[in-house]
Amino acid sequence: MNNNLLIKLFSLICLFIVWAILSNVLSIETLPPPGEVFLTLKEELLEGNLLYHLTITLYRVFLSFIVAMFIGVILGIIMGNSKKFNNIFDSWNIIFLNIPALVLIILSYVWFGLTELAAIVAVSLNKIPNVVVTVREGAKAVDRKLLEVAQIYKVGRIKKFFLFYLPQLYPYLIASARGGISLIWKIVLVVELLGRSNGIGFKLHEFFQFFDIASILAYTFAFVIVMILIDNFLLTPLDNAANKWREN
Amino acid sequence: MEEININIKKKEYHNNKINQSHKAIENFNLKIPKGEFCSIVGPSGCGKTTLLNLICGLDKSLEGEINFGKNKNLENINIAYMFQTPRLLPWLSVVQNVEVVLNKKKINSNSEEILSLMGLKKFLDYYPNKLSGGMQRRVALARSFASEPELLIMDEPFTSLDEPVANLLRKMLVEIWTKRPTTIIFVTHDIKEAIFLSDRIVFLSKSPAKVLKDLKINSPRPRNIENKDIEKIKNDILLKNSTILEGEI
Repeated sequence: MNNNLLIKLFSLICLFIVWAILSNVLSIETLPPPGEVFLTLKEELLEGNLLYHLTITLYRVFLSFIVAMFIGVILGIIMGNSKKFNNIFDSWNIIFLNIPALVLIILSYVWFGLTELAAIVAVSLNKIPNVVVTVREGAKAVDRKLLEVAQIYKVGRIKKFFLFYLPQLYPYLIASARGGISLIWKIVLVVELLGRSNGIGFKLHEFFQFFDIASILAYTFAFVIVMILIDNFLLTPLDNAANKWREN
Repeated sequence: MEEININIKKKEYHNNKINQSHKAIENFNLKIPKGEFCSIVGPSGCGKTTLLNLICGLDKSLEGEINFGKNKNLENINIAYMFQTPRLLPWLSVVQNVEVVLNKKKINSNSEEILSLMGLKKFLDYYPNKLSGGMQRRVALARSFASEPELLIMDEPFTSLDEPVANLLRKMLVEIWTKRPTTIIFVTHDIKEAIFLSDRIVFLSKSPAKVLKDLKINSPRPRNIENKDIEKIKNDILLKNSTILEGEI
């Protein structure tokens, strides 16, 4: 375990060294050295608005995530359980799965105006089909024999759902949550760039116009770090808790 | 519950693909009084599990009637079912697996007591996948009795265990049944097991299943499965009806 951590750390350091060397050799403005980027990050963090924009973006990520997971899980369960519903909605799902994110974002802004609602709708619509596909597979793989146990002992509906049914979907839920959160934050940035006046995406757009590469990289790093922290301290512990019974 | 009356005129499975029907059960009549340990023995594929699924209501389509006495029907009778495999929930601990099928009222009094009776007191917080096959069956057995069923259905619950483990579980079953009497319908293809356990053995015919022979086992309890008496009863039955286990007379 310790060894693994060392290897990971080492490979990360290598990446930064390569970056530093490249930046030194090329010595162009468009590739600032890591030191400069971290200095900018520090300044933006202490004196700039980085925290404000970061919070706004995170808020959008979580809201879209929750909306997308909620709707996606419900649709996925229904479609996995009923052939009829699956036949009705499957083609819709394939269409939405294949519409480019950008198209959904533009249409959403056109139809709902440049509003927060439009932003959340656009991001959620991009993610829902993915959740549906994953959860539907899980719902199809549910072991009916365990549900029969609940039926025999006349276990109540709610208890049956949460103790007999849902735990069978956990691996699929975690998988779609993991994939979901990284996809969502990428889309959120595009949504912000195109139609919001705050958030990381908006700031990146601004820096792009000034060719301020150091700030672009600084903002990117700040957000990547936050997302890694979320994965490590929220999703991984959740995953472990759900899989506790598998340990040996 | 007073007694179970099973009158099945016909139970058919219809295969839509080849447009053919398979008759699983036909003209099946059986009355099981309250508190009886009744074993059902029949050749494999004769429709035993189908019969059990009809009795417990997992399968509701039949021509005929199954009733449980006055003012009792499937909705208000307490049934427990021990399946061929333990069917425990792998994400719940041993004690949670028992409690999950209980009403709130029964949880405290029953589950731990029964698990101790099954020799599982030390394993209350274990997850099922850490237990051996025999211990998993014990949990399933505990779960069946903890719900205080009026009718307990058991579908070859001790198959795929080695003989000593299966024998231990059979003894445990008799022990707990003595302490907490209930009506039991026990399906098996092992005639020796049936003799050791039951008050009565019902032999089924080949598919479509009907009652071939109905035998009382009068050997006094407590019985010993290694005892010659059991062997003797078994030989008696087989001598008189050599093909009974194939579902013919």
